[in-house]
Amino acid sequence: MAALEIIGLEKTYSVGFWRKRSKHALRPLHLAVEEGEIFGFLGPNGAGKTTTLKLLMGLVFPTSGSARILGFEWTDPKVKAQIGFLPEQPYFYDYLTARELLAYYAQLSGVPAKERRRRVDAVLHRVGLPDVGGVQLRKFSKGMLQRVGIAQAILHNPRIVFFDEPMSGLDPMGRREVRDLMEQLKHEGKTVFFSTHVLSDAEALCDRVAIIHQGELRGIGVVADLTSNVHGKVEVVWQGTRVPSSLKALEAECHVTGDTVRAVLPEENQDAAIDALRREHLRLISLIPVRASLEDYFVQKLAPREKVEGVTV
Amino acid sequence: MNARVIHIASNTFREAVRDRVLYNLIAFALLLSGAAILVGQISIEIEKLVVINLGLTAVSLFGVVIAIFIGIGLVSKEIDRRTLYTVLSRPVRRWEFIVGKFLGLAGTLVVNTFFMAMGVFGALLYLAHHFHKADAWVLVALYFIILQFLIICALALLFSSFSSPLLSAVFAFALFVIGSFAEDLRGFATMAQGGSRWLATGAAYLVPNFSALNVISSVAHEQPIPGHLILYNTLYAALYTAMAVCGAVLIFEHRNLK
Repeated sequence: MAALEIIGLEKTYSVGFWRKRSKHALRPLHLAVEEGEIFGFLGPNGAGKTTTLKLLMGLVFPTSGSARILGFEWTDPKVKAQIGFLPEQPYFYDYLTARELLAYYAQLSGVPAKERRRRVDAVLHRVGLPDVGGVQLRKFSKGMLQRVGIAQAILHNPRIVFFDEPMSGLDPMGRREVRDLMEQLKHEGKTVFFSTHVLSDAEALCDRVAIIHQGELRGIGVVADLTSNVHGKVEVVWQGTRVPSSLKALEAECHVTGDTVRAVLPEENQDAAIDALRREHLRLISLIPVRASLEDYFVQKLAPREKVEGVTV
Repeated sequence: MNARVIHIASNTFREAVRDRVLYNLIAFALLLSGAAILVGQISIEIEKLVVINLGLTAVSLFGVVIAIFIGIGLVSKEIDRRTLYTVLSRPVRRWEFIVGKFLGLAGTLVVNTFFMAMGVFGALLYLAHHFHKADAWVLVALYFIILQFLIICALALLFSSFSSPLLSAVFAFALFVIGSFAEDLRGFATMAQGGSRWLATGAAYLVPNFSALNVISSVAHEQPIPGHLILYNTLYAALYTAMAVCGAVLIFEHRNLK
């Protein structure tokens, strides 16, 4: 069963004071996330990631479309007990201590009274804040608030968690801990849906990713499959310090190191490059395909339409 | 009652209790009650009248300020700071949030009124060294003041559900002032002619009738408050408050959170 199924969810805002015009925050989105997977929702700032999450959380209402979470209509209050949500740059009631805040959220999530204290202590320990439970949140740093945000999202043992930019505000150690936590959640059988614009996080963690840009889904799939389709580059290394002039026409970036030359050029030009080396009687040492990264795929998916839009504007 | 509503109400109460501004306002109200003793001492034969008048007016005014001050931020502050996101993403319905917020503030106002009323009764005791039977009417006046607070609080919540805190404060305070002259507005409506008569009558019945809830002067003159007025005022305040809260719920149910 799909943990999350988005069926044509769309959000259009009216902007302007006198002359109203429509702004598409999210064009009809179709997406399915399987149970137990870590799903990355990628896109540049303003792509529609947060809008999608707000729609799923019932914070804004869609113009059209629907979604199913764990088999229920996403508006069904029952399903919300099974959801954990970390908003982007979370802000909490700063007059409360971390323990009071989590106890309050546990009450709202319907955690039984006798279990609350234990759950709160356990989750504080899990996010690395075991000693500051009694400190008011107004004294917390941005990174500590982010940890509290993660704590409140997993406090009630949800089956699916939605994280909006979970690494935001964290130092390298904190980012590593959050990555580990997300992997632990996966091992516990939970589904993790997280949005980010940091591609290395997604590449390291996700079973599958979707790329969204200008409110439109641009690609979806397993990271390895997506990157294998990217038109890659090859690295050619030969002996000597000479660079044939014809290589420049083949878009090769050349670097001379000691008595070898290393050139990176588009895959489709590799045969022409080898011919050029042969003509110049240069000894080929190696020819290695350069593995495409998620970033390459991301740039490829975003770039072409940008150019088209640039022309039309 | 719904457990989530109670949790939201108790958190709202806790937020108000931890706000230092609240204590300053209560301290001012108590100071004013104390000052009533001094004014009373230079008012020959009418000390008690002055103490009750000034004391209850202080309770009423400071209570209204507190109701508006806290009420206007109840929803808009939660939206601006996005604290609402982690509440509404839980099994909490929007109406539960609004009703919980209202009850939390109403509870805060009742507790505040209790402490401010202690100041008034303390001043009375200081003057007369004992209570008279007629002093019990002060309790009725305090009850009516609480009813005023509930209406103000519901109106502040209503405005807070769709406008900014500043505008909400202006709207709520304007309605309090107009409502305090509701009887005069009704009097004007009976004298007016044509279209302005309809307009004035409509406005007179639309704005909350705070003048009917103000019995401070009668109580100060030791005049008894009729039982039917207590009943009518209770029903009126309950109905007006319920309508304002329902309005807030209706608006909030359809609001997109930025």
